[in-house]
Amino acid sequence: MTENSQKPSVLIDVKDLNSGYGDRQVLYDINLSVNDGEILVIMGGSGSGKSTLLKNMLGLKEPSDGRVLVHGLDLSNASQSELLKLRRSTGVAFQGGALLSSLSVGDNIKLPLRQHTDLDENTISIMTRLKLELMSLADCEDLMPSELSGGMLKRAGLARAVIMDPKILFFDEPSAGLDPVTSVELDQLILKLRKAMNMTIVVVTHELESAFTIADRIAVLADGELVTTGSVDEIKACTDKRVANLINRSPRDVQIDAEKYLSRLTKGAK
Amino acid sequence: MFAQIEKLGASVIQKFEEVGRLSVFLYHTVLGLFSRPFGFQELLKQIAFIGARSMPIILLSGLFTGMVLALQFYDVLARFGSVDLMGSAVSLSLIQELGPVMTALMVIARVGSSTCAEIAIMRNEQQFDALTCMAINPYRYVMAPRLLAALISIPLLTAIFNLIGIFGGYVVGVFIKGLSGTAYMQTIIDTIIWSDLRMSIVKSFLFAVIIIWIAMGKGFFVHLEKGVSGAESVGRVTTKAVVASAITMLFADYIASSFLI
Repeated sequence: MTENSQKPSVLIDVKDLNSGYGDRQVLYDINLSVNDGEILVIMGGSGSGKSTLLKNMLGLKEPSDGRVLVHGLDLSNASQSELLKLRRSTGVAFQGGALLSSLSVGDNIKLPLRQHTDLDENTISIMTRLKLELMSLADCEDLMPSELSGGMLKRAGLARAVIMDPKILFFDEPSAGLDPVTSVELDQLILKLRKAMNMTIVVVTHELESAFTIADRIAVLADGELVTTGSVDEIKACTDKRVANLINRSPRDVQIDAEKYLSRLTKGAK
Repeated sequence: MFAQIEKLGASVIQKFEEVGRLSVFLYHTVLGLFSRPFGFQELLKQIAFIGARSMPIILLSGLFTGMVLALQFYDVLARFGSVDLMGSAVSLSLIQELGPVMTALMVIARVGSSTCAEIAIMRNEQQFDALTCMAINPYRYVMAPRLLAALISIPLLTAIFNLIGIFGGYVVGVFIKGLSGTAYMQTIIDTIIWSDLRMSIVKSFLFAVIIIWIAMGKGFFVHLEKGVSGAESVGRVTTKAVVASAITMLFADYIASSFLI
């Protein structure tokens, strides 16, 4: 399904999205667009709904209401072949790498090329090594995923995500669980990828430093709602309490109902 | 009282939902067999895992099963003065029943459990999400080669179990109990007919589907396990997969026997 009214510069358009798990709603009326060639960072604390939003944007989860358009294609109504075609031009780097544990790092990165192209093995090997060099993983081609560190797994996952030279790249939590130096290296890598391959990149993170370094625009999620969207300076200047709390790393102001608190403490006591 | 009826109803609905989910899973896996490109490398790897590496336990368990059968039949047949029928008794028991069932139980213990755990860990580590995002159908790439490998390997393992079991019976009957080797083999040739072999073949194919289907399906839906996550959920689905495949296999054995005897 093609949206003719859509502006050509918008690659991903999230419209009135509601999503959840069973009876528990996680996202409320999200409206968000990602423009061609930009790096959009989706930022929010734990439980803010950013991973659920990413799943919806990837078409891995059906929204309970609203829709997600990628290249004008409504993910909920798209045919299987339309989805497959779209996914071949999209790369996803998962939080823990999500490398297939039964394949070596090299074979993991070669997998999309072997499955979707008729390229000969020599060309596939050269392309794989190019990406491994780019990610500083030149010596890791024959290692198994279990032999890599957390940062290396993320970079190998990124190498696999970009092996088909995708137009859009999604990156889930690039800095989570990494030391500051490796984290900065990954941020630089993301900027390098955008420059070299002119990709549109959507990054989900809760790391402020990383978001401020790489983002063209930042979307802030809190409690399943999109609080605001804007450039780094706009977000820094935002007066909304929830955004300010996130930026200033202030703990949430939790109101305690004394009666409910007591009843929780004494639950089951005789 | 009402709360208990409600609980019972909820658990029945849950079971039906699970059967429905697993049936759709099997349907997609079978479709995956006919999708291209088929994972031949994965198929060979799985044949090596399910078939070749199960050989030692199949050989040992087949040998001992045949030997125990011979000891027991010798005792029973001697009471009727029919020890000459030892070959037919051992071979019929093995081919019709014990070969397919014992092989299936060995494969459930060795392959079913590890396949279920492997698939569950792949789910927990988002490997299926990654495959889907790479436009690679997980049913075609991961499940279909395993199903085909089980359909090739388990009937062959059953045939090997039957043969080694008959040999085990020969060892006890001829070398320990002093029966005639020629008579032992001749009664087998005279007794075994095509329908006996057909039963062994049909059962082994049926059991192959049940074992690999339940192992893969339980692992694939590990994220739907209520109240557990991570390593605990993998342990729980693996146990459930082993129990469910053993019971389903024995139930299918009864149904198949009642149709084929």
